[in-house]
Parts: sequence; C-alpha cells; structure tokens
Amino acid sequence: MRAPLALEIGLARAAAGLSRLAGTGGGTTLPGKLLWKLDPGAVDRLAARLRDGSAVVSATNGKTTTAAMAASILGGSRRLAHNRAGANLVSGVASALVAARDAELGLFEVDEAALPEIARRVRPRALSLGNLFRDQLDRYGELELLAGRWRAMALELPEEAVLVANGDDPQLGEIASERAAKVRVVFGLDDPRHGSTELQHAADSKWCVRCGTPYEYAAAYIGHLGDFRCPSCGHARLPLDVSARTIELNGLESVSFELVTPEGSRPVELRVPGLYNVYNALAAAALSRALGASLDEIQAGLQGFSAAFGRFERIAVGDRSLLVLLIKNPAGANEVVRTLVAAGAPSLLLIALNDEIADGRDVSWIWDVDFEPLLAGLERLVATGERAAELALRFKYAGLAADAIEVVPSLEDALDRALELTPPGGELAALPTYTAMLALRDLVARRGFARPYWEAAA
Amino acid sequence: MKIVVGHLFPEYLNIYADRGNMAVLARRAAWRGHELEVRALGPGDLVRPGEHDLYYVGGGQDREQELIAPALAAMGPALAEAIEDGAAALAVCGGYQLFGRFYRDQSGDELTGAGLLPLHTVAGERRMIGDVLLECELEPGERRTLAGFENHAGRTYLDDGADPLGRVLAGFGNDGESGYEGCRAGRIIGTYLHGPLLPRNPWLADWLLAQALAHRTGGEPPELDPLPDDLEAEAHGVSAERARTRGGRF
Repeated sequence: MRAPLALEIGLARAAAGLSRLAGTGGGTTLPGKLLWKLDPGAVDRLAARLRDGSAVVSATNGKTTTAAMAASILGGSRRLAHNRAGANLVSGVASALVAARDAELGLFEVDEAALPEIARRVRPRALSLGNLFRDQLDRYGELELLAGRWRAMALELPEEAVLVANGDDPQLGEIASERAAKVRVVFGLDDPRHGSTELQHAADSKWCVRCGTPYEYAAAYIGHLGDFRCPSCGHARLPLDVSARTIELNGLESVSFELVTPEGSRPVELRVPGLYNVYNALAAAALSRALGASLDEIQAGLQGFSAAFGRFERIAVGDRSLLVLLIKNPAGANEVVRTLVAAGAPSLLLIALNDEIADGRDVSWIWDVDFEPLLAGLERLVATGERAAELALRFKYAGLAADAIEVVPSLEDALDRALELTPPGGELAALPTYTAMLALRDLVARRGFARPYWEAAA
Repeated sequence: MKIVVGHLFPEYLNIYADRGNMAVLARRAAWRGHELEVRALGPGDLVRPGEHDLYYVGGGQDREQELIAPALAAMGPALAEAIEDGAAALAVCGGYQLFGRFYRDQSGDELTGAGLLPLHTVAGERRMIGDVLLECELEPGERRTLAGFENHAGRTYLDDGADPLGRVLAGFGNDGESGYEGCRAGRIIGTYLHGPLLPRNPWLADWLLAQALAHRTGGEPPELDPLPDDLEAEAHGVSAERARTRGGRF
C-alpha cells in the first residue's frame, strides 16, 4: 500500500530540515532521495500538479547558468520550482518539487544522462538542449551514445512540447530536424567576426553526423559549435529562429549583443562575460519565449541576471576579491581560459583539481584543455586539490618554470597562500572542479564571506 | 639529435589526452638537448620506413575508430617494415586495439586491425573503468610500475606465447580476468592505460626516447641523463594509491 502523497511530501520536507540542522548539507537532495525511495512515481504526480507545467534544460556546459537566466526571466511573474543549486539528478528534481509548495512552473536543469528519465516523468512543455561535449567519459560514456539516447528521448516528447535546440551543434541540429517546425526552436550565433574557420583541439563532433566527412565551418565559435556544412552530403546548420548578432565582448565584466527573434530584436547587455554566456542567454530566451514570455520580459530578465552559483561568481574576502570560475571539462575550461586571457592574463592563479565522482575520476581531461594561452602572463600557479601534482605536471609540460608552481594539496592552505600572494584590493582568480568549488565556497562561507550554497540558492 | 615521431591519425584518435603523451616526449627530449618533431600521419599519407623513429597512436570514440580503422589497417605492412627496421611504437587504448589483428563489436562485425600486435579484441558488456597499477619488466631485472586509468568495453586476448606489458597489481587489465595488461612485442608497446600515461610514468617516456635515439643513430639505446622527477613521482604515487583503493571494480 502506498502512503498518500501529502504524507510522503511531509516526511521529505522534514528530512530536508534535519539535513540542514545536522549541518551535513543544504538538504538539496536528501528529501528527494527519500521521496524517490518511498515512491518513484511521486515525481510524476508532483510535476503533473504544476499549473504551468515544466521546462527542462540540459547540456554538457551551461545548464546551471541557462536555468538561472530563465528563472530571472520567468520568476517575476510565476512561482517556480527550480533546482538552482545544481542538484540535477531525479532526486534533485524531486527535492525542488517537494520544497516549492505553491509553485506554478517547474524549471529544472537536468544531468545529461538523467535527461531521458526525467523528461519521461515530468513531461515538459519546453525542453532546451544546449550542447554536447566530451565530458567525464568515465561516467557518461561516449558522446555518440548520449546523443543517441537524447534522440530517442526527443522522439517520445509530448506532441505539443517545444524543443529548443542549439543549431550550432551538429548533433543537436540533427535531433531538432526530426521535430515538426511548429514545435521546435533553433538558436545559434550569427556573428562570424567571433568565429574561426579552424576548430579547437577539444572539438568533438567534427565529422558529419550523416556521412562521416569532416565539416567545413564558415564560423566555429566554441569547440564544434558554429556555422557548419558538410562538403560531401550538404548537411548544414538549420536556419536560426533565435540568434545573436553584433556581439561585443567586454573583458571579464559583460557581453552585449542584439537578440533576434521572430517577434523582433532587442539589445541585451549581460553582466557575465564570454561567448558561452551568449549561448546560455539564447537558450534561456528561446525557452522562456516558448513558455509565453514577451520580448520585453526576456530582455529585462537577461539584463537583471548576475551570476549562477560558482560560475563566474565574485566573493569579497576581506580586502581582496575571489573570482570563482568552475572548470569541469575541456570545452568549458577553454572558454574560461579564453575569457580570462581576453581580459588580460592574470599573473597568479589558484587551480583546484579533485577526482571525486562529480568531478570525474579520470583526470585526463586537463590535458585536453588549452591552458597554454595563460602561460604568457602567469608568474605563479598554486595547484591544489586531490590531484594537485597531476595538475602541476600539466603546467610543467606546457612549459611553465618549475619554480613558478606551488603544489599545496590542502585546499584551505592553498587558498590562504594564494590570498597572501594577492595584493590588497586585488582579485584572485580560482579555477576549481565541481567538488573543489563546493569546498572552496564552504571555506569562505565558514569565514563569514559567502553564504552557504543552500542559502545562496534561496 | 633530432627525433621524428609519426603520430597516427591525431584528428581522429585523441580522446584521452594523447597530446599529454606527446608533450612529455617532446619536453624530455628537449631537456636532454634533442629536438623532437611530431609529424601527423592522416588518411592518404604514406608511411616511408626509416622516416620516423617512433610511432604513436591514441584512442578514439567508437565512431572515430570505425571511420579510421580501414586507413590504419592499410598502413599495417609499411608500419611493420618501419618497426622491423628499428623504429619503436606506443599504442594506447583504441589504438592498442587497432594495432591487433581485429576488433569484434557487439553485433559480431569485425574491424580489421593493423596486425602489428599478436592479439585480438572482443567487445564486452560492461565497460572496465578505473585506475590501474601494473608491474613491468621491459629490461631484464628492471622492475618498474605504471599507473594509469583504463576505460574500455573491449576484452583483449593475447595470442599464445605473446608477452603482456605487465602484471596487474590493481585494476582490470586486458580482459578483467587474465591478471595481465597490455602487450609488448619488441619495440612496440600497447596498453589501455591513459591518464595520460607518460606524465606520471616518465621512465617509460625515457625508454621510448632511448629506443627512438637508437633507431636514429643506428646504435644501442643510450642512457639518458636523469631529470628532476619529484612532481612526476608524486602524481604517480597518488594515481597508484587510487588504483589500490578503487581500481578494478565495476
């Protein structure tokens, strides 16, 4: 016999409170795990209760930021159930549903591998597919496999659900092309000044998804994302429904662009930097539009957004400032490097490499990151985390002098050392992997400088 | 001295940070006063025996491996001649499988390999993923360890009498059952270990460089000057510990 849903939710909420009281975490997944154990179907029923349905965001890179941007656009007029601290497995979605008592709209960022199951359970009204890059091969398996599962998932979406897809990613464009035009929205960049005709080392989907010939690019923006065309069979980027033109990058501070939609255009100034955030903004804009947001709401929401948790987050630490830039795979880390270098390469860096499950147990990915552009200005690297020595080797073999590298495996000692090397009034750039980012935020929170993540998320 | 490395299909086979292995070879050669030039060998390129001192082939995703397998197999005879004439080779992960006689996928289809190593590979159900630690003896009496990371669905079976690269101290190895990993055939080394392999196992990088220098000079593999390898030793230690505590488990 199954307990009534209300009782299950009550138990799950109590568990969240206990988790916080016990000081073991933010209660961001425990209630969901409990509910999940009690009754896996509860997620489906909770999601079905949402008046305005659900929107789902997935991608290798940019899930948290895209969902946070969409929350900034949609949150003003609707009460959201949103897993904003990035707990993005079924249990995290369940927790967000349990926690938001009167939510009208579900807004969920979802892990790439968990997407098929979550899409089946919450039956989204709109779904955004942002990009697919190689990431944690030890956990996700190969890109083709994941793309195949996404394709099967897209074929089973509710008939009226809108599929939002990054048309600059050949795999995602191919998935979108199988969906009727009135229930799909294709977004992409339209500013070849920021593209290259050469692909980066970390480019993944280089070969035509239909015939295997290498694509030619009129403009490659990030990794394999761009305006592509197969010279052999003609497979090419779909026409863009939502795009960004006249993009201006303003160092570490901001990026502006012209948002072009079928309803018209608006200038947008984002308070986060980099081309990758333009992609995130386009995904958020297209998703919000599919849920009925107006162009004015989209513009205001994007411009009101600051930074998602640990992604380009600035934290004041006494008289110095800490800039936290999450790195987790080659494509994402390359964009962090590119943005840092464009703003003037820093002379000091704190980089933290952990190898827990959430970071990826296989640390080989650091060798596929183009860290080299940082070397020109880098005078000191403080390498930390469980795999600090491996990280130090990455820079040693890139050509950084051995005496410019300090290996400090303890994150706390490394943070103190790097802050000590930062002049008063200066900013320390820290590049942590996922669990190192959580630990780093926890450290500064304990010292009273940043709010713990479950509060920052509220 | 100039060492020339032939890097096989780097556009296709580069998934597990193979360029880390190349960077280690290049730097460690340069620190000893040698220049190391890497020449990419792609589809349509010809292998001219004698041109390269060392060959390298890395791993790819299934799709890339399928795309490139016929071209690699076609290079087999020329590579065999080059290696017979004294060149060395390192084949990692997917490249290791394709250096064998064939790879049979889950539907039973076979990809023909380059036939350079006495082995074949059959796709298995569960991927073998995790840290690995091996004990090797490439030169009689010199026991060394190799620490790396493996991620493969293929089960690799060596022919009778073929030599493995090493004994598995922790991890899965070739097929998860034999207790052995990799294959060594003269100057050819094949292995599933990435991580990448050479940064945390610099002795193997130096062994390969010595073989390459021997090919270049026509003499014996030279003793290379020692380098300060403290960081490498530390990274090796952490990786070895990971293998002991969590390697070889599904």
